Amino acid sequence: MAHVHDVLVIGAGGSGLTAALFAARHGANVGVVSKLYPTRSHTGAAQGGIGAALGNVEEDHWEWHMFDTVKGGDYLTDQDAAEVFAREVIDAVIDLEHMGLPFDRLPNGKISQRRFGGHTREYGKAPVHRAAHAADRTGHMILQTLYQQSIKQGITFYNEFHVLDVIFTEDGRAIGVVALEFATGELHTFMAKSIVIATGGFGRMFKVTSNAFTLAGDLQSILYRKGWIPLEDMEFFQFHPTGLYRLGILVTEGARGEGGILRNASGERFMERYAPTIKDLAPRDMVSRAMYLEIKEGRGCGPNKDYICLDLTHLDPEIIEHKLPDIAEFSRTYLGVDPIKEPIPVVPTAHYAMGGIPTTLNGEVIKDGDGTVIPGLYAVGEAACVSLHGANRLGTNSLGDLVVFGRRAGLASVRFAEVESFVDLPPDAADPSRELIDGIKARSKGETPFAIRKDLQETMMDNASVFRTEELLEKQVGIVQELMERYRNVVIQDKGDRFNADLIDALELGFLLDNAEALVHSAKNRKESRGAHAREDYPDRDDDNWLKHTLVYREAPGKVRFAYKPVVLGRFEPKPRTY
Amino acid sequence: MRVTLKLLRYNPEADQAPHWESYQLDAEPMDRVLDLLHKVKWETDGTLAFRRSCGHAICGSCAMMINGVNRLACKTLVQDLSGDTITVEPIRGLPVEKDLVVDMEPFFKAYKAVKPYFINDDPPPARERLQSPEEREIFDEGTKCILCAACTTSCPVFWINGTYIGPSAIVGAHRFIFDSRDQGNAERFRALSGGGGVWRCRTAYNCTEACPREIPVTHLIEEVKRAIMLNQL
Repeated sequence: MAHVHDVLVIGAGGSGLTAALFAARHGANVGVVSKLYPTRSHTGAAQGGIGAALGNVEEDHWEWHMFDTVKGGDYLTDQDAAEVFAREVIDAVIDLEHMGLPFDRLPNGKISQRRFGGHTREYGKAPVHRAAHAADRTGHMILQTLYQQSIKQGITFYNEFHVLDVIFTEDGRAIGVVALEFATGELHTFMAKSIVIATGGFGRMFKVTSNAFTLAGDLQSILYRKGWIPLEDMEFFQFHPTGLYRLGILVTEGARGEGGILRNASGERFMERYAPTIKDLAPRDMVSRAMYLEIKEGRGCGPNKDYICLDLTHLDPEIIEHKLPDIAEFSRTYLGVDPIKEPIPVVPTAHYAMGGIPTTLNGEVIKDGDGTVIPGLYAVGEAACVSLHGANRLGTNSLGDLVVFGRRAGLASVRFAEVESFVDLPPDAADPSRELIDGIKARSKGETPFAIRKDLQETMMDNASVFRTEELLEKQVGIVQELMERYRNVVIQDKGDRFNADLIDALELGFLLDNAEALVHSAKNRKESRGAHAREDYPDRDDDNWLKHTLVYREAPGKVRFAYKPVVLGRFEPKPRTY
Repeated sequence: MRVTLKLLRYNPEADQAPHWESYQLDAEPMDRVLDLLHKVKWETDGTLAFRRSCGHAICGSCAMMINGVNRLACKTLVQDLSGDTITVEPIRGLPVEKDLVVDMEPFFKAYKAVKPYFINDDPPPARERLQSPEEREIFDEGTKCILCAACTTSCPVFWINGTYIGPSAIVGAHRFIFDSRDQGNAERFRALSGGGGVWRCRTAYNCTEACPREIPVTHLIEEVKRAIMLNQL
């Protein structure tokens, strides 16, 4: 079946819905293709808040927010992106309120704000109240509000459609996509003038993750497979310090923003040693590394000394019940721990890809270090790399990213659609996707996706997570290559057409493997430590050689090529990063 | 511990009717029912179909009838269930598509019918619209809804009456009716007071018991009924 839209958005989380809304409001005929019902998207799992210098609780300025973002990103952040972001996110938050988003309120009726990791006043002097929030379900409220507005706007949704390919003209303009309808197994083609990718991250390549089961980096992989489209800064993957022990379910940084303290086995507030000024509210990469070191040096909590305690017991129970109700319930439900009475066992959990599909400030996908734009193709949110987050994203900046750059990409996609015409898809556009599916279904001997995925998740956790070395990364490069060879013989039991989740599992594993390949090669290549990329063998940041973005291209499976893109500097000179 | 997972299976491409299949597995008391479903799917029978995404009760994908009660598979632990047999079947009242997957379209259609979006046609101020913490608190419960359909598909009126919009849609309307900033009540009341609207509710309280977010659903429905009556006076 063939469909036609001026603007086609892939993904219905915060960035996709924002792009869709802004494109539709400016007159485009918009379609949204999503592999989930929109309200199932993982934006809904974001908890603590959306940072913007509203200044509702105390003095704040966008310049301070910009500085924190750049420093938090260990100076790999592009400063033009950080400036646009810190300025525009103020308006974007107000816009969400105007769409009805139920923020928590201050006694004077304004939006309430709380403290969050790495957000400071006066360029690092002390934590600042910047995160606008709705209890600890801010992402849920953003997702619901944007979906509600999309209903109001009458946007067309294709729910539970899995995109398998993006179609380009010979001279490299994006003109359509191919998607598998989960309900029927049918392949659909979509012709569009502008295509906006908003499909999120790929945390499921790690064993312990806060990410949904569905986050496999589908579109990153689909573009990377083309060979001529790179992925940017894939070596930078954030581990959030506080995932529920064993499960990895997120416990918001807002818990520390409200006064929670991380303690080791002897009850020590160890972050005082690692970040004397802002302690538990240091950026995530620093806290995760500190926790890892505490555990490694034998100061972990519990019988196996393998977790850290997040202590909220000194807080007023009212604060926990009213400002952190969901995480209190997660702790009670999944660990049987009541945070009012005892500390929550936590470990770092794979959380967020700073890297992704490289774009301009308007979400246009670029294909090289010179910033050459691919006409008709846009990317936003976690799937993209603009690069706002640099080497490490600050808490709350993902939600801000979604609405600021979602809006910019939505508007840019409309402008492009207004002046360009449709290009007919070739009659054989869906053939490669059909061959991919038929190939998997036809195979009768080999391994299930489960066995291969389990090995991927465990080895990525062991060899390419919080701390890395040349030796471990070299080993992991080999392992990923072996896993890809095993994947060529992946088999599924379900040979049917309707709701074939077995097939989806196999396809998603293929996407994950590509992302893992790009990540480990990029990590092995970058011989320095910066932000979330911590090399034990190269412990220092090396601005002389590595103040640049990595672009990784796939030449052939297992073989990659690197190019680089300069970091956009400006207002803030790179300085050592201490807190 | 050893448990028996009894699943109501149905493959539209092969089966005439749904049937039970049992799987013996090792389970930990802290395992989620979702973990057990994954175990069956990944290690025993890849043809098993069910929906899931976030795994921690915020996305609303995995509402199922577990031991006769509507719950989220990701929020139900083995230790929460008595006995060593766990039965899982699709939520009721929506057409079964395959195994535990139901057709969600009628559910979302009912949601959309109550105009579940912010309506205020005044030009917005330069900054946020003001709202006191007390005004915000009044509609807080409804904002927690994750549209999982556990409430609606536990409602006996919804099962029998083909037109009732169901508890979840009314919760969706409540969230805006009681929001001090919203002006859309006239439109919403029209949708809610029609034949398939709130008056179909017989206060069975099944919805309140089923809600995985602990929203007092029946209470919210009663508040909506009262608001419509007051509006008519």
